[in-house]
Amino acid sequence: MTSENLHSQDLGASPDEVQFRFRNDEPADHGTVTVDACCDQTNATAVRIEPGDDARVLLPFLDRLALVEVNFPTFGDGRGYSAARILREAGYKGELRAVGDVLIDQLSHMRRCGFDAFAPDKPLDEEDARRAFEGFGNVNQSAADARRTIAELRHE
Amino acid sequence: MYQYDQYDQAMVDARVEEFRDQAQRRLDGKLTEDQFKPLRLMNGLYLQLHAYMLRVAIPYGTLNSRQMTALGDIADKYDRGYGHFTTRQNLQYNWIKLEDAADILADLSKVEMHAIQTSGNCIRNISSDHFAGAAHDELIDPRPYAELLRQWSSFHPEFTYLPRKFKIAVIAAETDRAAMRLHDIGIQIVKNEAGEVGASFYVGGGMGRTPMIAPQIREFVPLDQLVTYAEACLRVYNRYGRRDNKYKARIKILVHEMGAEEYTRQVEEEFAHLLEQGVEPPLAELERIKPFFADPAFEDGPKSIDRSDPDFALWVDRNTVRHKHDSYVSAVISLKPVGGIPGDATGDQMRLMAKLAKQYSFDELRVMHTQNIVLPHVKIADLHALWTELEAADLGAPNLDTIEDIIACPGLDYCALANARSIPLAQRISENFAKNGRTEELGQLKLKISGCINACGHHHAGHIGILGVDKKGTENYQLSLGGSEAEDVSLAKITGPGFDEDGVIKAVETVTDVYLETREDGERFLDTYRRIGMTPFKEALYDK
Ligand code: HEM
Ligand code: SF4
Repeated sequence: MTSENLHSQDLGASPDEVQFRFRNDEPADHGTVTVDACCDQTNATAVRIEPGDDARVLLPFLDRLALVEVNFPTFGDGRGYSAARILREAGYKGELRAVGDVLIDQLSHMRRCGFDAFAPDKPLDEEDARRAFEGFGNVNQSAADARRTIAELRHE
Repeated sequence: MYQYDQYDQAMVDARVEEFRDQAQRRLDGKLTEDQFKPLRLMNGLYLQLHAYMLRVAIPYGTLNSRQMTALGDIADKYDRGYGHFTTRQNLQYNWIKLEDAADILADLSKVEMHAIQTSGNCIRNISSDHFAGAAHDELIDPRPYAELLRQWSSFHPEFTYLPRKFKIAVIAAETDRAAMRLHDIGIQIVKNEAGEVGASFYVGGGMGRTPMIAPQIREFVPLDQLVTYAEACLRVYNRYGRRDNKYKARIKILVHEMGAEEYTRQVEEEFAHLLEQGVEPPLAELERIKPFFADPAFEDGPKSIDRSDPDFALWVDRNTVRHKHDSYVSAVISLKPVGGIPGDATGDQMRLMAKLAKQYSFDELRVMHTQNIVLPHVKIADLHALWTELEAADLGAPNLDTIEDIIACPGLDYCALANARSIPLAQRISENFAKNGRTEELGQLKLKISGCINACGHHHAGHIGILGVDKKGTENYQLSLGGSEAEDVSLAKITGPGFDEDGVIKAVETVTDVYLETREDGERFLDTYRRIGMTPFKEALYDK
């Protein structure tokens, strides 16, 4: 991450206000549909995953999706982290947006799991968020970001 | 013993600063108590009945004298001069001020320690065999694998908001000294027919209100896929574990409701997928870790003991355990003095144990899940000198695995969830048996007490278990028999109606009487119970 491409945006048109976005493409400008609807409608390009949804049912449609929102009704429900990684592991390249009860202390983990946009219910303190995105420096696990793990660094 | 490199140290230091920042944001009102709670819990800080409690991680129960000394110093500086060793091989301070918490974490980080992930719905401290690296019967030292998993599980981005807490134990002997199958994941390091070393996975064990013994889900995972397999187990749990009811949120319920076969099928599918993702750390990392756990420089020496002092001889018989080198033993320091608080040690005692470890045990100590301390490598020639110092510090109780070696949770004296007191009961029972002189005759008898259904005191796994229940606002105790946490794992069964405090103490005596009257040659209490069943015990307890 470079700090230049972390900037606040107000997308207006979206039902969820995106506060942080780590992408340079144009954001999808229309609302999302449910996972069920997405599987039925061949033209849907934006979908919203609820905690109980199986992210894997979206895998056949990844090519046409530009935006996947993952909802966190409460921050303690961590299913969305697995959903995000599963999509990235399957090669999804579009926007992956965390929405809902998204707080400072979840940002760095979310980022590691592949989220590249954040629309918290309550806007976050920009300075606190910047520090959180910087995280701890090095990491122990390989995840959806391309960061080299400590074990890899030790054995270069 | 494992030593941090700059990466490990930087991570722990960053965590201390992060916690300072979080605490500050709480004080500034940027975080509500609801939002702060999971963050302080991630750092092992609980709110108990009377004060904050801080739980310090002791990875796989191993520590050196510098660390033990620091724990003693913290007890004196920030607590009331003592700490409590727990069944999770950790240490808890019971009287902590919120303002001091970040400073304590900073003191800990100076000796490569922390309180990370000692609570919260994440992967907790990984426990192991307390005789690892010393046991005569182990395949290899399990701790390098525990360390590899420690690194993998620290700040795991996907598994920090699991449905519920998650506990892993790793052993590498047929004898199970870590209650392996009562963990969310139990791993036994084994050799396959080809002579290769790998890991057997047991998933879905646990205690709490619905105790379960973990079924084996994979006989052999190659070592270069260990982390990937664990990741698959966790991902299936994170996605499908119940979140609607916190009492049904542990992985044991998922495995039970889904069926071990279906759970296994899903894990295997996820595993095959993750293998392609390349999440496994390089095997070189395991090779880097291993030398930290290499044998110290054992020397040949005397193998026999002068038993002319009967008190010393008794302690040797009770509290020392065969070592893989025949000039050494592992010596257990009992934290169960008669009438004492199980698992408590004062700052002075901690510093003394540290000194003795340095002098007699290659600078190493272990915490046992039975709330005692081990000096893993003591020369037989040094035993008398060691014992003499322990005796002088009230640390020489000769009662390992006897009825005086009671596991007890904090109970109503500290814990906000408790129905009943555990500690005073443990104190009275140990006094009782010390007085009636039957401890020695009873031999191995594991008595375990929990103050409520959460089972922190392992009562389900006690040869005799006691559970505090609430009966119309008064403390009441249920008795159960026949549990074991060892390789012969089983869950204890309730005898019948509960007892008040005096009644349950009497009941423990009654069931031990039944045992003494009916035992056959060489039988432990547990063996007799298994042979004759519950009925004779019930009759003695209830048909008066
Ligand atoms: C005083 C503060 C404590 C609180 C609030 C507390 C809370 C709990 C709760 C709620 C559970 C049940 C979890 C479940 O079944 O899902 C539990 C289980 C457990 N706790 Fe504690 N506990 C405390 C202290 C301790 C201590 C001091 C120990 C060690 C001596 C300990 C070790 C355990 C163990 C071994 C289990 C059960 C095993 C399992 O996870 O299935 N706890 N605790
Ligand atoms: S068993 Fe119950 S009373 Fe005892 S420490 Fe655990 S939660 Fe508290």
